[in-house]
Amino acid sequence: MFGLSYPQQRKVSPYLLLLPAFLAIAGVIAYPILRAVIMSFQSYSLMRPADIGFIGLGNYVRAIQDEVFWLSLRNTAVYVFASVGFQFLLGLGLALVLNKRSLLSTLSKNLMLIPWVIPGVLGAFMWRWLFNANYGLINDVLLRLGILSERIAWLSRADTAMSAVILTTVWRGMPFFALMLLAGLQAVPDDLYEAARMDGARGWQQLLYVTVPVIMPVIVTTTLLRIIWTANFVDLIYLMTEGGPGYSTQVLSVYTFMTARSTLNYGYSAALSIFLTLFLMLVVLMYIGRARKEGIL
Amino acid sequence: MTPKRHAHQGMESAGHRLIGLYLPLLLFLLFLLLPIIWTIITSIKPASEIITLRIRYLPIEPTLEHYRSLFRTLPFAAYFRNSLFVSSGAALFSLVLSTSAAYSVSRFRYRGRGMVMLLFLTLNMFPIVLLLIPLFVIFRSLQLLDTYLALIIAYSTYAIPFCCWMLTGFFNSIPHELEESGMVDGCTHGMAFVRITLPLAAPAMAATLIYIFIYAWNEFLFAVTFTRSLASRTLPVGLATLIGQHVLNWGLLTAGGVVSSIPAIVLFMFIQKYMTAGLTAGAVKG
Repeated sequence: MFGLSYPQQRKVSPYLLLLPAFLAIAGVIAYPILRAVIMSFQSYSLMRPADIGFIGLGNYVRAIQDEVFWLSLRNTAVYVFASVGFQFLLGLGLALVLNKRSLLSTLSKNLMLIPWVIPGVLGAFMWRWLFNANYGLINDVLLRLGILSERIAWLSRADTAMSAVILTTVWRGMPFFALMLLAGLQAVPDDLYEAARMDGARGWQQLLYVTVPVIMPVIVTTTLLRIIWTANFVDLIYLMTEGGPGYSTQVLSVYTFMTARSTLNYGYSAALSIFLTLFLMLVVLMYIGRARKEGIL
Repeated sequence: MTPKRHAHQGMESAGHRLIGLYLPLLLFLLFLLLPIIWTIITSIKPASEIITLRIRYLPIEPTLEHYRSLFRTLPFAAYFRNSLFVSSGAALFSLVLSTSAAYSVSRFRYRGRGMVMLLFLTLNMFPIVLLLIPLFVIFRSLQLLDTYLALIIAYSTYAIPFCCWMLTGFFNSIPHELEESGMVDGCTHGMAFVRITLPLAAPAMAATLIYIFIYAWNEFLFAVTFTRSLASRTLPVGLATLIGQHVLNWGLLTAGGVVSSIPAIVLFMFIQKYMTAGLTAGAVKG
């Protein structure tokens, strides 16, 4: 090969083998990111294609002065914190139940992943239909049970819309959490429980003092991953509420997408996406730290 | 002592297992599956039973009319075809580009290898909206909007790092001594890889291919941004346009949803066990 000796070949060939994937990554990921950075310093609107030009930090300054930006940042924090928090609690519960051998556990493990495997578009529409004010199942059941006395338009009220999209996100993300925690639980040695029982630990004490500490690394890794995915997520909120009513469910990722899509102001929307990236980078760095510690990387 | 405790457990087991195990399990499954069951039920109800203030939980006159009109009055067949081409294209394109890189990381030790692995794992964590905006501009100037190629390229932003990461793991699990023994028999490095490792890794590679297929099949954001007409619109975009046009036609929507999810669900059942490693590392997207 190219007249190289065998040891020289061994030195060069791993880099040559990397080449196809690296060229592709450079073209489809690195170059677009560079373009996004450049656009974020430009006035770049598809409505006014003649006026494209550099405006320095203009788009960033605009973001800092934009009330909706701050609102969507706050909403992102609430949305991510609540969604991931409930996914963890419910996912842990489900994982604990699945960890006990039963007739249903294999079947459940297969079935529980369905919410996560179906298209996000369908997930959004399913819940829109369930939350439908007049013909939706949720109002119907709550009325029959006497919990509600009148129909609620869950997705078009500022005080309920956020809870509704969080519930949907929990539904979609919980199986993933459960599956990861289950993998962690299966690695907990039995004699730890044995020892705890000898010491007179009851069920919940075992959970708190044995199970949770042992699977803590899995909990942390999974939580970080879910924060990243949830903050990135656009489909559900965009298709359920478009960030509304008002801006009550507007999160940063959806706001960025909608700025590009409806106002065609790509410069501003690129700046917003850079903000999102910087915030997420912090979480990604934490994740890399964990991954190194656990030997994933 | 041990037998006694077991006997004790046996006595309480029936009731305890019911309350501590089956009841919570059923509640979890109810929460996770009820929306899906309700969607299926809605899809086989006639319109008069869907738009009613007095909901009946089961259809009185089940019907397949919504499923029929998906293909008769709507271009669902075209969406299906587009999804099929784009998803297969994205999966093959990314797998082919990634295989040699994964082999490099798995079989060689060199400077920068750790950094490469780190890239494979974390490139996917960039926000989709960060890539979406410049990709749109690039595709527009290359006149690629509304083509399969635009989506295939867009999906490779996720699929190439994913493939590289997963395949590295799969190649690692195949002992390299096997290849070395092949090389003793006169194969070159490349031939040993193609003849020995590739066949052994084939099932796992097929699973990776299928996973990307499912990802592309379900993807909405890139698809809705880069497609404009029936020439390239995929199923999720088709579903989303359905709600724009037929706001109240829930029968049609739910039927469309059921039809578009079946391939993804069935395929996923086959590959689940291969995905666990990628899942715990964070390569599989939640």
